[in-house]
Amino acid sequence: MPHDTHDHDHPHALLPPQPALRVKALETILTQKGLVDPAALDVIIDTYENKIGPRNGAHVVAKAWREPEFLDALRTDADAALLELGYYGRQGEHMVVVENTPQMHNLVVCTLCSCYPWPLLGIPPGWYKSDAYRARVVREPRAVLADFDVRLPDETAVRVWDSTAEVRYLVLPMRPAGTEGWSEQALMDLVSRDSMIGTGVVQVPV
Amino acid sequence: MSRVHDMGGRFGDGPIVPESEDVIFHADWHPRALALTLAAGSLGQWNIDVSRHARECLAPKDYAAFSYYEKWIAGVADMLVERGVVTPAELSGACDAQISDLATKKLTADQVAGVLARGGPADRDSAVAQAFQIGDAVMTRRIAQNVLVAGGHTRLPMYAAGAKGKILRYHGTHVLPDSNAHRLGEAPEPLYAVVFPASELWQHPEHPRDEVVLDLWQSYLEAV
Repeated sequence: MPHDTHDHDHPHALLPPQPALRVKALETILTQKGLVDPAALDVIIDTYENKIGPRNGAHVVAKAWREPEFLDALRTDADAALLELGYYGRQGEHMVVVENTPQMHNLVVCTLCSCYPWPLLGIPPGWYKSDAYRARVVREPRAVLADFDVRLPDETAVRVWDSTAEVRYLVLPMRPAGTEGWSEQALMDLVSRDSMIGTGVVQVPV
Repeated sequence: MSRVHDMGGRFGDGPIVPESEDVIFHADWHPRALALTLAAGSLGQWNIDVSRHARECLAPKDYAAFSYYEKWIAGVADMLVERGVVTPAELSGACDAQISDLATKKLTADQVAGVLARGGPADRDSAVAQAFQIGDAVMTRRIAQNVLVAGGHTRLPMYAAGAKGKILRYHGTHVLPDSNAHRLGEAPEPLYAVVFPASELWQHPEHPRDEVVLDLWQSYLEAV
């Protein structure tokens, strides 16, 4: 029976077609070959489900809002400043922090794949990896922002960062008015993941 | 034309669906696929550029039909066979899997934290001198294709080919993916963030002051 859903020039077509079975089969084969330790897979999963996520980025943002010297350090050498907080590692080896202002809103994408600052934001959300986001946000960022219920004033320009190299970008959202004197934790609680990608803005709940 | 992954600017993809920060994976096999890919990578048989190219080499109909982690798993399976780490017969289940010579390189549970924390920095010393300064006007290659290998990997998207922009930042010297993806050496060279007016890239930009920034290697650029 002909199969027209898989390219038979590619070895992956030898695995079962159903994705869950495909992953299971490959894990079994690699484990039998002595190349993969299932316990190591459990540790990797636990790391990205429970340890590394957008609260790291929110910590950086809240600290930058409260401490001008930390903001300066981020501007001068983000890698060094982040390493001092313990934020370094896979998919975050070369960090640049880009600051939103009333004149400029920053937005991050990877049109060619899914590059994203893992040590600060964790695993990218489904929409960040979607064809729709990758295809549209460089051409019509304001229409994409509308999908997130974000509307920018006409005086604000949008700068879209297409991460084409190993440099990873974190958006520093604008600090909302009325948060003067707030604690780091209270500020962190305001900072959403999307605001650090640029598809959200930070607001004080009313 | 380039490959199917090079989709920046494409029309017709429809709305984007936001999701809660609490959603990390959408199916039980997704985290398993992620972890399996990272663990297989630690065997040292490919670099990040080789692995990106493997996903890009999926047939366009597979690339379009596969979900995100299906692409990852397909890429890993293809690379394992290409490197001779797994045989086609093992992959299809036609024979029992045999212990590999690479088993000594297996990532163990106690090594995971260190490996993830170390990462894989891409900056390297280079003999290639920095040709552009911040503010310099540059133009990208007219054809967004790998000049070393026909149909090869490149990080210049089609939508930014032949476009005029300005140097915004200098990132130092980094591994050149166009070479490294094909095991032709790391060939490090200067890397820049280049800013383009949206009107340079799109016939109908949304706003006259909007911009797009791309990280581009020096060999992708010429002075204007």
